[in-house]
Amino acid sequence: MGTSVFYFVATLSIIFSLMVIFSKNPIHSVLYLILTFFTFTVHYVLLNAQFLAVVNFIVYMGAIMVLFLFVLMLLNLNKENEPNKSSLVKILGVIAGGCLIVTLVGSLKAVSINTPLVLQNPNLGLVKNLGKELFGPFMLPFELSSILLLTAMVGAVLLTKKEEKANG
Amino acid sequence: MDNLTQTLQAVPLNHYIWLSAIIFTIGVIGVLTRRNAIVIFMSVELMLNAVNLLLTAFSVHHNDPSGQVFVFFIMALAAAEVAVGLSIIVMVYRNTQSIDINVLNRLKW
Repeated sequence: MGTSVFYFVATLSIIFSLMVIFSKNPIHSVLYLILTFFTFTVHYVLLNAQFLAVVNFIVYMGAIMVLFLFVLMLLNLNKENEPNKSSLVKILGVIAGGCLIVTLVGSLKAVSINTPLVLQNPNLGLVKNLGKELFGPFMLPFELSSILLLTAMVGAVLLTKKEEKANG
Repeated sequence: MDNLTQTLQAVPLNHYIWLSAIIFTIGVIGVLTRRNAIVIFMSVELMLNAVNLLLTAFSVHHNDPSGQVFVFFIMALAAAEVAVGLSIIVMVYRNTQSIDINVLNRLKW
């Protein structure tokens, strides 16, 4: 078996993420995005980051994707009526992305970190270890992120609430 | 589970970096070439996930759990960002009957 599982799953995630940006129907994009996130969950399991695998599964594939699908269905956008950008803009976008990847790969060639990934401590990604870290040195950011989530919730409700006619 | 992770340790760190770079680039191309605001949001999610995977790989490489804690914070941030962003999209749709981002081009100046 060896490392072939990693390469298989990596190929799948690249293919699915390409399908996300190239499929015409937004609903298909959301479904391919769910598949991409599932392959990411498999990557986390392969890295033995079990807590992150479960959180990715629940938060991304559960909550965020339901939110996307809900908005798409609510606005009744599940049809392929997206006006196309001019092909010049599309080609320029792909060229810009190609330049980015060439730059990244080139700089990585210069650094060339070829050491294999070794899991020294098999308990690294388990809930017990991460909980100690989260409630120890990262206590303040953890509490601040709860305030961030509360603020986002209030903001979302406030934005989508229908405005009453203030002055008649 | 132990057996599985033992056999998979021969993957070089380079290949994780390449995978993350490729997926990040796909997200960038999606933002640049699509006009549907929701698809643009999904491309941003792709970019965030590429960074998450890279942080986890480096956390395993350096045997440091802080990287995985950062991934947890990024996930909380992504949830907040998606909630606010989608409500803004709903507002835009309610006012213009479209989620084409070219409707918003007057925001440029």
